[in-house]
Amino acid sequence: MEGWFEFALERYNYWIVIILMMTGLYIVFARGNLVKKVVGLNLFQTSVFIFYITIGKISGGTAPIFIDGGYGGHGDDHGGDHGEGYGAGDHGAANHGTEGHSAEGGDLHGKIDNLPANDLKAATDALGPAEEAIDAPSLHTAPTGVPENTLPADKVANEALTDAVKPADGFDVAGEAAADAAHGAEGALADSLSGVGVGEIIYTNPLPHVLILTAIVVGVATTAVGLALAVRIREAYGTIEEDELHALDNIAEFGHQAGAAPSPMSGAAGGAA
Amino acid sequence: MNFESQLPVLPIIIPLVAAPITLLLPKGRAPWAWAVIISWLTFAACVLELISVVQNGPTSYFLGDWAPPLGIEYRIDIANALVLLLVSAIAALVFPFAYRSVQLEIDERQSPFFYCALLICFTGLLGVTITGDAFNVFVFLEISSLSTYALIAMGARRDRRALTAAFNYLVMGTIGATFYVIGIGLLYQATGTLNMGDMKVQLEGLDNRMVQAGFAFIVVGIGLKLAMFPMHLWLPNAYTYAPSAVTAFLAATATKVAVYVLIRFFFSVFSFDFAFISAAFTWILLPLGLAGMFAASIVAVFQSDVKRMLAYSSVAQIGYMLLGISFATAEGLAASLVHVLNHALMKGALFMAVACVVLRAGSHSVNAFAGLAKRMPYTTWAFIISGLSLIGVPLTVGFVSKWYLLQAAFSGGYWYAGFLIVASSLIAVVYIGRIVELMVLREPATEGRYAIPAKDAPLSMLVPMWGLVAANIYFGVRTEWTGDLAARAAEALLATAGGA
Repeated sequence: MEGWFEFALERYNYWIVIILMMTGLYIVFARGNLVKKVVGLNLFQTSVFIFYITIGKISGGTAPIFIDGGYGGHGDDHGGDHGEGYGAGDHGAANHGTEGHSAEGGDLHGKIDNLPANDLKAATDALGPAEEAIDAPSLHTAPTGVPENTLPADKVANEALTDAVKPADGFDVAGEAAADAAHGAEGALADSLSGVGVGEIIYTNPLPHVLILTAIVVGVATTAVGLALAVRIREAYGTIEEDELHALDNIAEFGHQAGAAPSPMSGAAGGAA
Repeated sequence: MNFESQLPVLPIIIPLVAAPITLLLPKGRAPWAWAVIISWLTFAACVLELISVVQNGPTSYFLGDWAPPLGIEYRIDIANALVLLLVSAIAALVFPFAYRSVQLEIDERQSPFFYCALLICFTGLLGVTITGDAFNVFVFLEISSLSTYALIAMGARRDRRALTAAFNYLVMGTIGATFYVIGIGLLYQATGTLNMGDMKVQLEGLDNRMVQAGFAFIVVGIGLKLAMFPMHLWLPNAYTYAPSAVTAFLAATATKVAVYVLIRFFFSVFSFDFAFISAAFTWILLPLGLAGMFAASIVAVFQSDVKRMLAYSSVAQIGYMLLGISFATAEGLAASLVHVLNHALMKGALFMAVACVVLRAGSHSVNAFAGLAKRMPYTTWAFIISGLSLIGVPLTVGFVSKWYLLQAAFSGGYWYAGFLIVASSLIAVVYIGRIVELMVLREPATEGRYAIPAKDAPLSMLVPMWGLVAANIYFGVRTEWTGDLAARAAEALLATAGGA
């Protein structure tokens, strides 16, 4: 049950995207007022912007703005533009990262102390914050210190692991299982870290941001054209309510209100709206 | 930095830079002359490009010298060189043609804006065709669509329904484009690249639900843009109420470019390794193509407006193109490409003929066509010949593409589709025959609303129109240009898709 809840909560952004998208589309189809239609369309497009921003987010990454002195260079290019880091491996890291923020140091040790012998998941979870601990300095203090002596991913991961596993070692019951878990986690950790580029500044993927800037411009242009058309329609017809527009067109074409037998093409035109 | 190496980017740069300059020109003849010169220059660049591609194979151009997959790549092979040539050739004929028609239908004060929008639309269509970057396709698609909305709305001077038509097109077109962007987003999430060629490599063996969803979004999005049968509802009104010259240009180019994008995604980005591709062919393109051929043709028969009738016929013809793609064979794809080219020739000529009638009679109702043969013989015969081409009479391009399509249908084992192609062509006989009967056999109205002087269209309109009609016959007799190039393009596309 809890796992399900977390699953839903972790995808918060996607829920927003879906809700906005459906709301926008519903407004476009259900509202007769042309301005409301344009606004609905805008909402629909906005959901896509958020979707793209979500794609680009790398856990623990800072805004894709070049930080002076930090040697973004290679790792940033790689993880960022090619998005390899944002594959399956990285997803785990993302989730643990958020957890780590809320978990305090003492808590994490407690968690490992109480480790049941067969609960591998708990062990990996507990390792999460440890990984966060590596991330944190690289994020906030790295610009001054790290560039010169960037540690290879494996080394960092190992250090973190020994740190995290130590308390567990002291406990006889947990011993073997924790070591196993740590092994698995080490692999995952190293994978995810090498994707993002450890020891260097981690930027979120800049490409989706750029794409969505373009899409925002297109969206604004579409809204502007749509509203301009609504203004012209208002000038020509005196209304922007779709039902009234159809009625006026029917009167112009057949000399009476939407009649008993509208021709097939005007039916089709109605459907288009 | 020699000329040749910059050639691929010229078809975009020339009209794009020229468009804003149009706004600075004095109202009247100058913007038109400028647009014509630009369209001819672009056409020349496209011809050179096609020649170079045919001789040296595909070229790719890195925009700003940023190598793909990071930079934007313009990649031109025979398939899109052909579509580029088509779009620029239609522009080179329609732009000179437009002058008198636009003079009548558009306020003179708006003429710089009109030609500016026309050039931007032209740029967008070329850009969609030339680019090898999936997101760039979206940008150019919207460049052309936004200017198209404005162009259609300019028909409001004659009929205010142009405004609502443009608005509906804006809503549908934007939904289509946004769906496309969602699809690209999903594919980017799966592959981490936007370059089409790179995306194909990254997608290999990646048949998961995200890729499937991305594919579905792209097909629906492009389907809306190309007026695939049940999503065609924006098209008839938009074509009917747009200014006549705009209709002639759009009918011959806009939907064709969208068909090209669909082909590009089916064959160059996705490949036959994906089970959902063949499912899409069998369960979406084939039935919708067939349904469109019949439903839209039958609706066309009952129209009292010639422009609207031809618009519905366009929807039906798109059905043929989708049908050709759905066979997933080299013959089918070649037939589809040939029909893209040929349909542009015949629809362009037909809508030009309608524009001539609008110029003299002031209406595109069927009533205006009564006895036209006695009033405007040249226009009438242009209409009749391109109408025959639409039906698929031998010695015209229509016959060539139907022939290729039939061959592909029978060799692919879709014999029932073959019979349905013939059957739907018979419906075309009905709706074209109806207008021809009116034009040739009826007496012209001597008084009332539809009485027109016995004066044919001006030479500036007749020459481009007959140019297209001549192309209808020339390429109907000599198929080695269109047919062979399309066959080569289809084989290249299928080779990249890894299919039969």
